[in-house]
Parts: sequence; C-alpha cells; structure tokens
Amino acid sequence: MNVGSFDAVSAVLGIPIVAAAILAILPGYWLSARLNVVAALLTFLAALSFFLERPAVGSYFHIDDLNVVFIVLTTFVAFTTSVFSASYIAHEIEIGRLTPNYLRFYHAMYQILMFAMNLALVSNNIGLMWVAIEIATLTTVLMVGIYRTHEALEAAWKYFILGSVGIALALFGTILVYLAARPVIGEGTDAMVWTVLISRAAAFDPALLNVAFVFLLLGYGTKVGLAPLHAWLPDAHAEGPTPISAVLSGLLLNVALYALLRFKMLLAATPHTVAPGQLMVTMGLVSLIFASFMLYRRRDIKRMFAYSSIEHMGIIVFAFGMGGPLANFAGLLHMVMHSLTKSAIFFAVGHIAQVKGTQKIADIGGLTETNPVLGWGLVLGVIAIAGLPPLGIFMSEFLVVSSTFAREPLLAIPLVFGILLALGALFMHLNTIAFGEPRGPTAKAEASYVPMFAHLTLVFVSGIYMPSALVTWFQNVAKLLG
Amino acid sequence: MYGLTFDIAHMLAGSLVLVSFMQLYQDRLFALLNLFALHALVLALSVACQAYIQDAPHLYVTAAIALVFKAIVIPVTLHRIIARLGIHREIETVGGVGLTMLAGIGLVALSMVVMLRVTAGADPLTREDLAFALSVVLLGLLMMVTRRNAVSQVIGFMSLENGLVLAATGAKGMPMVVEISVAFSILIAFIVIGIFLFRIRERFDTVDVGALDRFRGERR
Repeated sequence: MNVGSFDAVSAVLGIPIVAAAILAILPGYWLSARLNVVAALLTFLAALSFFLERPAVGSYFHIDDLNVVFIVLTTFVAFTTSVFSASYIAHEIEIGRLTPNYLRFYHAMYQILMFAMNLALVSNNIGLMWVAIEIATLTTVLMVGIYRTHEALEAAWKYFILGSVGIALALFGTILVYLAARPVIGEGTDAMVWTVLISRAAAFDPALLNVAFVFLLLGYGTKVGLAPLHAWLPDAHAEGPTPISAVLSGLLLNVALYALLRFKMLLAATPHTVAPGQLMVTMGLVSLIFASFMLYRRRDIKRMFAYSSIEHMGIIVFAFGMGGPLANFAGLLHMVMHSLTKSAIFFAVGHIAQVKGTQKIADIGGLTETNPVLGWGLVLGVIAIAGLPPLGIFMSEFLVVSSTFAREPLLAIPLVFGILLALGALFMHLNTIAFGEPRGPTAKAEASYVPMFAHLTLVFVSGIYMPSALVTWFQNVAKLLG
Repeated sequence: MYGLTFDIAHMLAGSLVLVSFMQLYQDRLFALLNLFALHALVLALSVACQAYIQDAPHLYVTAAIALVFKAIVIPVTLHRIIARLGIHREIETVGGVGLTMLAGIGLVALSMVVMLRVTAGADPLTREDLAFALSVVLLGLLMMVTRRNAVSQVIGFMSLENGLVLAATGAKGMPMVVEISVAFSILIAFIVIGIFLFRIRERFDTVDVGALDRFRGERR
C-alpha cells in the first residue's frame, strides 16, 4: 500500500470533517467564511493529487478513472461555491435573515456535506456509499430549512420525506445486490466491495439483479430528480440559501447519478439481465419533456432554474442510458458542463435576488441596465444552459443528439423537441428578467463575480477547445461505462 | 425438515406484515403509535431470532437498537409530542379503509410473486424473509401515501424502515447491518426532532400536510 497516496483519500475526507468541527464552534462571520473557503480549496488540491498518484484499491476506498472526474468536479465547484457563499452570506447577515448561531450551523453543515459527497464518490463499498448519500441528504435537508419560513419548512419537509423514501428503496436494492453476489463471492464484506462485484459479476443471478436495479433506479433516481420522482427538487432549490441551490444542482444530483452509474455498470457486466439503458432512456426523456413544459409557467426565478436542472439531468440520464462510447462521452461532458454552468447561474441568481429583494420573475426587470455585470452574466449563463453555440453545453448536447440520430433516429425527435422547448421557455423568461424597463430596487450589488465568471470562462473555453489529454481521459471513462 | 427456529422466524416475519396491516386501518394517532411500538417489538424479536439462527452475535446489537430505540424511546417521545401539540384525534385518510386494505393485499401478493420468483436459488429462510420484508416496505409506502397527517406519515416511514432492517438481517452474513441500522436510527431521530423543533403546528396551525400546499412559492 502506498502511504503517500493513501493520505490523499484521508485528506479529501479529513479536511472537511476537521473544518466542520472548527466551524461549528468558531464565532464570527468574517473568519468562518474564510476558513470555509480555505478548507474547500485544500480539499480541491488534495483531490487534484489523484491525477498524479492513485491510491491502492482497498475494501472501503478506491479511485479509478470514473470517480476522479466526479471528485475533481465536486471539490472544484465546492470551492467556488464557498467563495460565492462568503459574499452571499455577508448580505444575509446584514439584512438579518441569518443569525450568528445559524451561520455557525450553516458553515459546519456545508463542510459535512462536502465530506459526505466525497465519501460517496471514493467509497468502494456499496453499503458505505449508501450511508454517505444518506448523510448528504440529511445535511441538505437541514440547510434547505435554515430560513425557517413557511416555504422553507415545507420544502425541507417534502425533500426529507421524498429523499428518505428514495434512500430507503436504494437500500433495499443494495441488499438485493448483496444477495445476488453472496452465492458467488461468499459471505462477508467482500460481497459489497464494488471492485470485487464487478470482476465476478458474470456469475450473478440476473433475475435478482434486475429487481435490485429497479429499486436502485427508483431510489437514487429520486435523488437525481428524475420525473416523476422530482417533486422535492424545485421546492428545495427555491427555498434554501442560494449557495445550497448551486451545490444541490451542480453536485448532489451528480453524486446520486454516480451511484446509479456504478450499478448500471454492474448490470451491464452480468449476462441475461434486462438492459438498464432502456429504463434510463425512458426516465430521461420523460424528465426532459416534462421539465421543458414546466419551465413555461414558472414565476419564481430559482424554481425556474431548478426545473432546468431536471431537464438537464434528463438529458444526461438519457445519454448514459443510450450507452456506447460516444453517448457516454457526451453524457459525461454534459454533466460536467451542466454542473459548471448551473452553479454559475445560481451565483448570479443569488445576488440578483438579494439586490431585488425578491425571487419573483415578474418583479425583476431590466437587469442589464441596472446591474450590467450581473445581468450580462446571467444572460451568458442562460445562453450557455440553453445550449447555444459556441459554449460547452452546445457541444455536449450536439453529441448526444447526433449519437442518438445515428443509432435510434426516432428517439432523437422527442429529444430535440424537449431541448428546443426548454430553450424557448428560458429565453422568454430571460427577456423579462434581463431586458426592458427596469423593475424593482436598483441598488448596486456587493457581489464577488469571480466564481461566476470563472465557471462561465471554463464553459466557454471548453466549447471551443478541449485539450486532447482531457478528451482521451473522457473517452477512457466512456469505454469503462460500457 | 427445518427446525423449530425456522418456524419461529417465519412466524415473526409474518406477524410484522400483520401489524403493518393493522397500522393501515388504524385511524387514531395514539393507537397507531402503540401499533408502531408493537411493530418494532416484533422486529426486535425477529432480528434476535435471526441472530440466533445465523449465529451472528452482532445482530443482537441491531435487535437491541430496535427494542430500545424504536419500541420504547421513539413511541414515548412521539406520544409526548402529540399530547403537547394536541393532535391526538382521528387522522384524515385519502380514500376509504376498504380500498386501502385491498391495495395492501395487492401489494403483498405482488411482493410474494416477485421475490419468491427471483430468489429461487436462495435458501428458504432468506426467501421468505425477503418476501415479507418487501411486503412491509410496500405497506409502509402505502401508508405514507394514504395518510395526510405528518405524524402518521412518519410512522409509515418508520415501519417501512423496519421492513428494510428485516431484509438486511435476513440476508445472511451481510456486512454493515449494525452500521446501517444505526444510520437509520439517526435518520428517525432527525424526523422526530424535526417534528418537535420545526413545530409544524405552530408554523402551519395544523399537522395536516395538505395544508402545507398553501405556501407554494408560485402563488401570486
């Protein structure tokens, strides 16, 4: 066992835990916000070291090509969000929406959430992964309800009940996977270790795995926000603090998706199972088209972008469901681009809602005149998320559509229909928000624009040019996904 | 051919399904709470029985958690909360009792058909345990769907979770069962604290979840 690289795993898990403990007792906003940023940065650096050196595969942790992408993305967005959070929270304290006690709680929870997500991503044990996702759910529930308004409590309660049922079903699926593996691998921890499972999957009982996958798809699918299990998602996004909306959309949905992908790989490695792809394609398409229609009637800006997240998770799940090197590549790329773009949009939306003092679309107008930087940042973000060229999402959506056309032309029709539908809705609302007569207060925003523009620059650059090393890397992962 | 212990384990798992059915038609909160305590008690006995059959001492820990935490601490706490909030009257249900019971019977039949068919290769104890566990899980879900009251939804969730613990202990030699049951206990503690701290009644004037819909972000 390599001692140096083992430290990277413990760093990725240990830094957030230590930071959470310190932040829980540290009074004062200024120091704790900065400590939060530093801890997130250190975690990100530790995650980057996985590129240089991989730790050995253990029975609890492992790092492979697939989860490195997720870990680096998660820690990066967590870092930029913590920068955004510092300026966002400063304003919340000013207007008295958060008290110092809640702030300590908020920062500690933020780090525990980071810990839980990283744990879910590095874990090699399907039981441990489940526990980690449960912790992540609980912390986000607490953070969604932090404002303690009617709406926030309702959202937290709904999220809590639906999320709990989801993870309960996922646990049942996990137990069934263990039962399928037990006759082949034998009793004990080994039958829950993912790397062992995948290497022996060919001999598993296909019928049992089929049933297991249905439970896992429903369970983790609830956390991914697939329709019709999405009901918690718009409320949780709209009523919690905006940094949490950014983390939910940009990261937590991905983590649940990652769990789903691991089990999909397991099913693909077992002969005579149902094709998991068809189930995922169906749920992806339903989510995409449903969310696209729902986008039109939105009146709350954060709810609107929450539905846009459902739409994009639909596209991603569709792409992974299609399978094959090209569609997997497209799905992976789309996931990364969506995380970066959607969190950038939420950074903008957070400051916009603070300036205008409302989240109602009807009360926000003419942003490009009153707050040009925020307004144009949002315009750029919406252009990116709607999938217009030359930004990154255009490229990934184009790949999804073209690979679908090549293999299943009929499926491409609803796919393109959904994407265009969403584009129309987004621009309709963007027109109200960003242009026209200024509405609402016109105060200057005290915002840090760096995280938002850092994300948008990355999305812009990757739409035009992607380093060949990165492309090869993604291609390898796409092959791994089968 | 299978000994007495098999029959006892079978009977206990079957009783768990029976208690789930009793919860389904119970329309008073205190009685429902007592039934949940009974549910947890049966679960604890069932897990202890499994621990004996499988010769797995760590399962006794899970049984102890079920007994102390779910059969005693949680019901007593919820009892006090309900008394304090003054919401012990009858519970509004969606749909009639008859319809709910029929749906419940259908779900149990479904889980028997599904689980017995796919686990043909496993040993009989595991098979029946899993079929019963899935029935309990589905009945718990049904209860969450048919109740409009937050507390009874929570009780539905907890009995669903009992079904999961039954499944996990029935899967012979499964690692991390104790950890998972601890994780679930934390989850449940969160729910109970949630009801208490959020003071749903104070905030919403009612624990009827239907009324929460009023506060949708998108009403004009």
